[in-house]
Amino acid sequence: MPGETLVDRMEKKVGGIVLVVAAFWFIVAMPSLNAFGTPGSFFHVSDFTLNLFGKFLAYAILALGLDLIWGYTGILSMGHGVFFGLGAYCMGMYLTLEIGGEGVYQSKLPDFMVWNRVKELPLFWKPFHSFFFTTLAVAVVPGMLAAVFGFLAFRTRVRGVYFAIITQALALSAWLVFNRNEVNLGGTNGLTNFKKILGFTLTEVSTQRGLYVATALALCGAYLLCRWIVKSRAGKILLAIRDAENRVLYSGYTPANYKVFVFTVSAMLAGVAGALYVPQVGIITPGRIGVLPSIEMVIWVAVGGRGSLIGAVIGAVGVNWARSYLTSSYPDYWLYFLGGIFILVVQFFPNGIFGLARDLPRKVESWFRRGERAEPRDESLAAIGSEG
Amino acid sequence: MTLTSKSILYMEDVFVVFDGFKALNALNFSMDRGELRCVIGPNGAGKTTLLDVVTGKVKPDSGRVVFKEKTNLARMRQEEISNAGIGRKFQTPTIYENLSVRDNLELSVKQDKKVTSLLFGGATAEARERVEETLDVIGLASKSGWRAGLLAHGEKQWLEIGMVVVQDPDLLLVDEPVAGMSEGETEKTAALLRRIAEHRSVLVIEHDMKFVREIAERVTVLHEGAVICEGSIDHVHRDERVVELYLGRGSEEHA
Repeated sequence: MPGETLVDRMEKKVGGIVLVVAAFWFIVAMPSLNAFGTPGSFFHVSDFTLNLFGKFLAYAILALGLDLIWGYTGILSMGHGVFFGLGAYCMGMYLTLEIGGEGVYQSKLPDFMVWNRVKELPLFWKPFHSFFFTTLAVAVVPGMLAAVFGFLAFRTRVRGVYFAIITQALALSAWLVFNRNEVNLGGTNGLTNFKKILGFTLTEVSTQRGLYVATALALCGAYLLCRWIVKSRAGKILLAIRDAENRVLYSGYTPANYKVFVFTVSAMLAGVAGALYVPQVGIITPGRIGVLPSIEMVIWVAVGGRGSLIGAVIGAVGVNWARSYLTSSYPDYWLYFLGGIFILVVQFFPNGIFGLARDLPRKVESWFRRGERAEPRDESLAAIGSEG
Repeated sequence: MTLTSKSILYMEDVFVVFDGFKALNALNFSMDRGELRCVIGPNGAGKTTLLDVVTGKVKPDSGRVVFKEKTNLARMRQEEISNAGIGRKFQTPTIYENLSVRDNLELSVKQDKKVTSLLFGGATAEARERVEETLDVIGLASKSGWRAGLLAHGEKQWLEIGMVVVQDPDLLLVDEPVAGMSEGETEKTAALLRRIAEHRSVLVIEHDMKFVREIAERVTVLHEGAVICEGSIDHVHRDERVVELYLGRGSEEHA
């Protein structure tokens, strides 16, 4: 590409290595340091920290999907909490059934059903006895909702702010539905008090470590999937839709089909994230799927850097790490911090932390080489979409 | 005016009404295969609405719109019309700024446009060949690897014309291609359009009379949603109504 700078060339060389190192760190090094490091030493990762990062990495899977639809296709979804919640509830139902007769009431039925005087396990609960069915459902159920919702919205050319608003309405209505006792999903209290997964006790450190590794691997897989999509020609059409949808339409494409596709993939990733979140956190309530969590997810991607997959991961892990640090050290200030950083990003770093890290060295370089090149170069947009 | 086997586009008694305003008022318009036609007219004459009707963006309230003597466009969706062989170049450059010039063309090539085809398949050798050819025609071969957003205004216009050409349309609609172009760029654009018109029918909407004189074989003058005059550029210039309504307003010193 013309206008390629020293930094561009370095990035191409170093980018892959950094990714492999990061994958190694999260998949192998962190759990190993947890298992074999001497507690208290510098080289030890505590059970608490590992569990925390397990949760962050699950969020990162969702952020990847959200970036696919927002960063790459330019469609803002403010209802991803719903898809996350569907995946989480599917897994939660399996885990609830795994409790078996060990609940408070010693009943085969989940405790909250006994409490609500439900006599028989509702039909839609029954398939969740099977772990295999559950692993499929965590992706397929949110995927199906997204496909239907997306089909209706995109076929009728609902775009931009209007789409954001109806996804917001989706989040609100899902929250209302899940809160009701009649739907037999535990109402306001949600699903919790899980005991086992596939026969392994959830409170065991080794089980949690296994879940962490599974999450890290899933994130790795999700990243590769998203990268493959954005690098394909269909991925270029996504960018094309974002930049000039009319041109795409007049070139004989049906943009709605591409949007439904990417929205569905995005929802499935969110569902998988929810399913990995539940056994590590131990509870899922309607509070995790409403309007506010859905907006927070958008902030992760905005802060990390939309339009770049790495940025989405950095945003999800970074913002949540900051949250867990700040809510324990300065509990009163977390929301101010979150709001503040969001305003900062929107105002000054539209490409987020990753965009800043990527563009700053370029800016410095071009500042030093000013006058050498006559070519104009739009720094802020230069690498969008060229990075995986 | 009749619908014949030579017609590429035939519009009969077309009405488009926006809130009582007749954007097209019993418009009768027809164009033969291989023609390079210019449509001129003052602002609000209905030029862009005409293109909107042909491309399916606006549905006519009544009337016939026929493409290639048998395809009824009035009932088709926009992307179906594109695939049937009508390409449209927008007034302002509408390109994929964050993709390379080559990618811009490659995605526009006439090909299977299903999600799965683009997800799993690469561009065919034939498509790539067409892209290289078109890069030469629009004069952007040396900038094929550039991010399209870095191109100059005129180059963006040529790129978009190229994107429409690789679609291999039988009829190419071009909306004010030289607006905002320098004189040199305007001349290049005229040459480009003439070259494209050797193999396909081209309909150009334009304000720039000098440009129209340079390229047009036949000129159609629109006023208040209807054709008021049609013929060679000299014929149009001699028409009193045209002079009074449009050319004689002092805005076109070449009139």
